[in-house]
Amino acid sequence: MIEIDGLSKFYDNKAAVDAVSMTVETGTITVIVGTSGSGKTTLLRMINRLETADAGEVRIHGEATDSLAPHLLRRRIGYAIQGHGLFPHYTIARNIGAVPALLGWPEDQIRARVDELLSLFSMEPAQFRDRYPAELSGGQQQRVGVARALASRPDLLLMDEPFGALDPIIRARAQDDLRRIQRALGSTILLVTHDMEEAIRLGDRIAVMDGGRLVQHGSPTGIIRNPATGFVAEMVGGVERPLRLLSLLPVADIVEPGTAPGEAIAPTTNLRDALALCLWSGRDALPVQTDDGRAARVTLKAIRAQAQGPG
Amino acid sequence: MLFLILGAASCAAPFLSLAANRIVVGEGVALWRAAPVQHSAPALFLLGLGLLLGLLQSRPVLRVAGAVLSLAGLFWLLSMGAAALLADAGRYARVSPAAGFWCLLVICALLLADALSQLQPGPRTRAAALALTLLCVAGLLKAGLLSDLSIAQEFAPRKAAVLDAFIRHLWLAFGSLGLAALIGLPLGVLCHRHSRLREALLPLLSFLQTIPSLAMFGIMIPLLGWIGTQFPAAQAIGIAGIGFAPAFLALVLYSLLPVVANTVAGLESIPPAVRDAARGIGMTTWQRLFRIEIPLGLPVILTGLRIVLVQNTGLAVIAGLIGGGGFGTFVFQGLNQTATDLILLGALPTVALAMVAAIVMDILIEITQPQRGSET
Ligand SMILES: Nc1ncnc2c1ncn2[C@@H]1O[C@H](COP(=O)(O)OP(=O)(O)O)[C@@H](O)[C@H]1O
Ligand SMILES: [Mg+2]
Repeated sequence: MIEIDGLSKFYDNKAAVDAVSMTVETGTITVIVGTSGSGKTTLLRMINRLETADAGEVRIHGEATDSLAPHLLRRRIGYAIQGHGLFPHYTIARNIGAVPALLGWPEDQIRARVDELLSLFSMEPAQFRDRYPAELSGGQQQRVGVARALASRPDLLLMDEPFGALDPIIRARAQDDLRRIQRALGSTILLVTHDMEEAIRLGDRIAVMDGGRLVQHGSPTGIIRNPATGFVAEMVGGVERPLRLLSLLPVADIVEPGTAPGEAIAPTTNLRDALALCLWSGRDALPVQTDDGRAARVTLKAIRAQAQGPG
Repeated sequence: MLFLILGAASCAAPFLSLAANRIVVGEGVALWRAAPVQHSAPALFLLGLGLLLGLLQSRPVLRVAGAVLSLAGLFWLLSMGAAALLADAGRYARVSPAAGFWCLLVICALLLADALSQLQPGPRTRAAALALTLLCVAGLLKAGLLSDLSIAQEFAPRKAAVLDAFIRHLWLAFGSLGLAALIGLPLGVLCHRHSRLREALLPLLSFLQTIPSLAMFGIMIPLLGWIGTQFPAAQAIGIAGIGFAPAFLALVLYSLLPVVANTVAGLESIPPAVRDAARGIGMTTWQRLFRIEIPLGLPVILTGLRIVLVQNTGLAVIAGLIGGGGFGTFVFQGLNQTATDLILLGALPTVALAMVAAIVMDILIEITQPQRGSET
C-alpha cells in the first residue's frame, strides 16, 4: 500500500501540487489524469524524491520514503518516462539490467531476468539483447523503458506519460501489454496521462488533478457516472460519456435468459462492443455464450439502461 | 580537374634550388632539368600518371593509387635531383626543395586526403593508413634517399640535439595537455554542476586565451623568476624565469579554456531524459558521472583535447624563444642565422607532429561515438 499524505510543492509561492492525499492499493493501477500543467509530473517525481516535497510525506508499506537515502529509494521504485530515457551507449540488455546491476544481483540472475522481461514484452531475447536503443522502433524503445523500470520487481512503478509519443495503434497495443503484464506480475503502478481514454482503459482507480489539487479519486465508472466537478465532467467528455461507461462494463453484468438470432458472443465482451454489434447487424438482442448451455442473451434495451446518466 | 591545372602550373615553378652555401639565396632549377633524363623521365611519368588517375572522380581506389604513385614519383625526382645537382657543385653547395616541389607535394597530399575521405574509411583503416605513411617516411629517411637535401645536412650534425628537442617538444605539448586535462576536466564537471562557477570561470579562461603568446611569456618570465628566487625549493625543481617552466605553464593556461568549455559542452549535450532516467533509477552522483555523463560527453570532451593538442604543438615552438627547448630552438636559431633550412628543421617536424596528433585524436573521437547515432 502506498500512502500519499498531504503532499505539496511550491514554485515561486505558487502551488504546483497542493496538499494531495491518496492511497494506492498494492497490485492495482492508479492513473493520474489532468490537463497539462496540473502538477501530475511534479506529484510523481515527489514520490521517488526527484523533487523534494515542501510539505507532506509518502509512505510505502507504512515506511516513510524520507527514511531512506534518495538513490536507495529510487532503486526500489521503477520509473518510466516519456521519451523513455534509455542510455544510448548501453545495449538493450544492459539498459534493462541497470537497476539489478546497481542492486548487485549476480550476472546470471540479471541475464535471466532480462530475457524474461524481453519475452514478456514480446521481443525475442536473442534478437534484441545486444542491440542498441537507436536500432529499435519507437514502440520497442518505449517497451524497453518500461521493462527497465520493472526489472528489479519494484514495490511501485511510476510511469509518466509512457505512451505519449506512440501512434494510436501501437499505443493501444502497449496499453494492453501493460495491463496484461501488470496482472501477471501483480505490480503496483501509478501512471500519469493527460488522456482520459487511456485512464479509463488502464485504471483500476482514476485520480483527476486540476490546478495542483486532487479533485476526484475513484473507480472509472464512479468518475464517469458522478463527476465531482464541472472540470471532471469536461474531462470525461460530454457526448462520449455513455460510450465510455459502456466500454467498462462486461456483457455478463446484464445477461438475461432467452434466445436471440445470430452467433453467441463471449460474456466478457464489453457493452460498447455489444452495442456496436447490435447497431451494425440491426438486431435488438445478441445471444451470449454460457457454461451450462442454457440460452442467454443481452438486449439493446438493457444496454441502453446501463448507458443512461443520472437524472 | 583543379589538381591537373594546379599541377601544370607548379611544373613551371622551379623544382629545386641550388645555392653555393647555406646562407645565400639559391638559384631555381626547373622540374625537367632537375635530374639526368634516365631518372627524371620515369619519375615524371609516374607523377603525371598518378595525377591523371586522380582525375577519375568515381573510382576512389584508383585515385588513392594515383596519389601514392605521384608521391613516389615526386620523392624519387627529389632524391635523384639533389644527388645529381650536388655532384656537379662546390663543396659548400646546398640543394633544397623549391616552390615547385612544395606545390606538387601539397597537390599530391590533397589528392590523397580527398580520395581517402571519399572511401570513408573506418577508424581502423585510418589508423593503418597513418601507420603505413609514417613507416614510409621513416623508411625514406633511414634509407638516406633524402640525405643530399640541405635540411638533412642541417640535421646530420645535430642528430642528438634534434632528438632532444623532439622529446622536449613532446613534453611541452603533451605534458601541458595532460596537466590541463587533470585540472580542466574536474573544473568542467564542477562548472557543469554549478552555473555560478561557470559564469565566473569561463570568461576568465577566455580572457587568458586572448593574451598573445609573446605577452604571456613576457608575464611568465618575471613572475616565475620571482618565485624561483624567493623559494629555493621551487628553483630546485626547475622553476625559473626562463626555460621549460614558464613555457609549460603558459601552455597549460592556454589549454584550460578548450578543455573546460568542451567538458561543459559535452556534459550538456546529454539528452535531459537520459540524465533524468539515470537519476530516476537510483544512480549516485558518481555513478552518473562515470557511467553516463562522461561516456556520452566523451566525443565532445576529446574534441577539446584535440584542439589543445594541435594548438600546443604549434605554440610550443615559441618556447624556443625563452629557452624552453623543443623544435622552436631551431626555428629561432635559423631566424637569427637567416638559415632557412634550419628553420625548416624546426618547422617541418612540428607540422608533422601536429598533423599526426590531429589524425590520432580524430580516430579516437570516432571510436568513442555512442553506437549508431544518438538518442531519438
Ligand atoms: N522546475 C520548475 N520550476 C518552476 N515551475 C515549475 C517547475 N516544474 C514545474 N513547474 C510548474 O508547476 C506546474 C505543474 O507542472 P507539471 O507537474 O510538470 O505539470 P503536468 O505534468 O501536469 O503537465 C506547472 O505550472 C509548471 O509550470
Ligand atoms: Mg508532465
